[in-house]
Amino acid sequence: MKINKKSVLQLGVCIIFFGGLGILINNLTINLIRTGLGFNFTWLFKPASFALAEHPLPYTSSDSYAWAIFIGWLNSLKVIVSSLILATFLGTLIGLARTGKNFLLGIISAGYITVVRQTPLLLQLMFWYFVGFLSLNDNMFIQIKNIFNISNEGIEFSGLTFSSEFLALFLGLSVFTSAYIAEVIRGGILSVSGGQWEAFRSLGLSEREGITRIIIPQALPAIIPGLTSQYLNLAKNSTLAIAVGYSDIYAINDTIINQTGRAIECFIILLISFLLLNLVITNTMEIMNKLTLKSKKYG
Amino acid sequence: MEPIVVAKNLTKSYTKGLRALDNVSLTVDQGKVLVVMGPSGSGKSTLIRTFNGLETFDKGELNILGIKVDSTHDERKVQRIRRKVGMVFQQFNLFPHLSILENITLAPIHVQKRRQTEAEEYGMYLLSQMGIDSHAKKYPNQLSGGEQQRVAIARALALRPELLLFDEPTSALDPERINEVLDAIRRLAEQGMTMVVVTHEIGFAKDVSDQVLFMDSGKVIETSPPNIFFSNARHERSRKFLNQLDNQ
Repeated sequence: MKINKKSVLQLGVCIIFFGGLGILINNLTINLIRTGLGFNFTWLFKPASFALAEHPLPYTSSDSYAWAIFIGWLNSLKVIVSSLILATFLGTLIGLARTGKNFLLGIISAGYITVVRQTPLLLQLMFWYFVGFLSLNDNMFIQIKNIFNISNEGIEFSGLTFSSEFLALFLGLSVFTSAYIAEVIRGGILSVSGGQWEAFRSLGLSEREGITRIIIPQALPAIIPGLTSQYLNLAKNSTLAIAVGYSDIYAINDTIINQTGRAIECFIILLISFLLLNLVITNTMEIMNKLTLKSKKYG
Repeated sequence: MEPIVVAKNLTKSYTKGLRALDNVSLTVDQGKVLVVMGPSGSGKSTLIRTFNGLETFDKGELNILGIKVDSTHDERKVQRIRRKVGMVFQQFNLFPHLSILENITLAPIHVQKRRQTEAEEYGMYLLSQMGIDSHAKKYPNQLSGGEQQRVAIARALALRPELLLFDEPTSALDPERINEVLDAIRRLAEQGMTMVVVTHEIGFAKDVSDQVLFMDSGKVIETSPPNIFFSNARHERSRKFLNQLDNQ
């Protein structure tokens, strides 16, 4: 009988996978027995008894762990969505500047991309936090007619306040991701043939109109997949909030693990949170991709 | 009456001293057709692309429809020229994400700010002139090369230009599709459209041109009426080129 090489290989992979899983489950059971905690989620409804500096909804330390986690979830969502918007805006501008005809803008945007892409995100977050905001002390703040205040407390803009922790993370994530988005945009634009530029120019369309009406619509199918992975990275990178002390979902779960020892449960909560969030991002982008492919009835 | 195109000593050099254009001067009068011929790399395309600012030049002067441009390539003047000059490319360069009619109405609506209904009406008229009005709702990739090139001509005409530039309009077409495009250009010539056409089609050039300009290595070798150029070219280099075309 001839032994199929492929099926032997597949069997081997299965043994390694299930063997590994078995070892992990065994370790988990032993540890759970040793700590005597057991696996359950009833602790979620006990008071959290820790304070949160930042909460979009009312929160006190007597509220439950579940509520604290929900607040963390909202904080994460707030920084992810706002950074996503700013990163896309900045990235598009820089990507266009990098492909454009203006020599000076080209050099500046190339420099921006180089510096941002070649330094660690953690370093950049520290930069925004310590150099950007904390270095401003109380008597060294910028104030414009009581409407716009910048100090080491953050930014206050006509009643809305943004903490320096939020701003450091927001700016750090946006700037970091924008450099990658700029390259995605540039790649998409370069995928459109040069003849298209000549055609719209010869018809008297301005550069701005030609880019928005002719070039970008044709570049989108090449841009969207790259953009999706940058959005997913941004969402995952937001967990570095813990470095600047922003109470995102990861930081709050970290505190809970330290307090209660409920590591497994917290990991599961984090896992599901990020899986759900990223599924939403992936599917939204997939729908957009289908729309752009549909609108181009060619190809 | 002032000529439509006046070029004076146009010169464009690439690095390494290679010259794409070397002291090129020419005039095209109202209603006339200038055919530009020459071997590949002789600077024909570069020359007609300077007429609507797709190419810059280093020295010399250009007067297109009374708008003067020099080597500074003033964007505003170039933009004014582009609104009065239509161009048809070798590779058609239709916008693949827009329908045939949208390709044609794009510039009238967004450059000339015409009303959509007016632009569509005129667009349909141009398409029927080109014999392809039944394709108005289709997309470029659903059309043959010859049909696409006729759409490109209609698109160039949509701004009601006073000068049309053709950059090897039939070089990317299947042989059996060439005549439908050449016929469309012939009809425009009969209607009195001023045109500059880069082409290798001798028969077409004989019919349609008022002058033939022959270029080699960026230089104008000779400018002659077609009856002289094709039967008894003044310059040795021109005769050699025509012989080679005949032998193909």
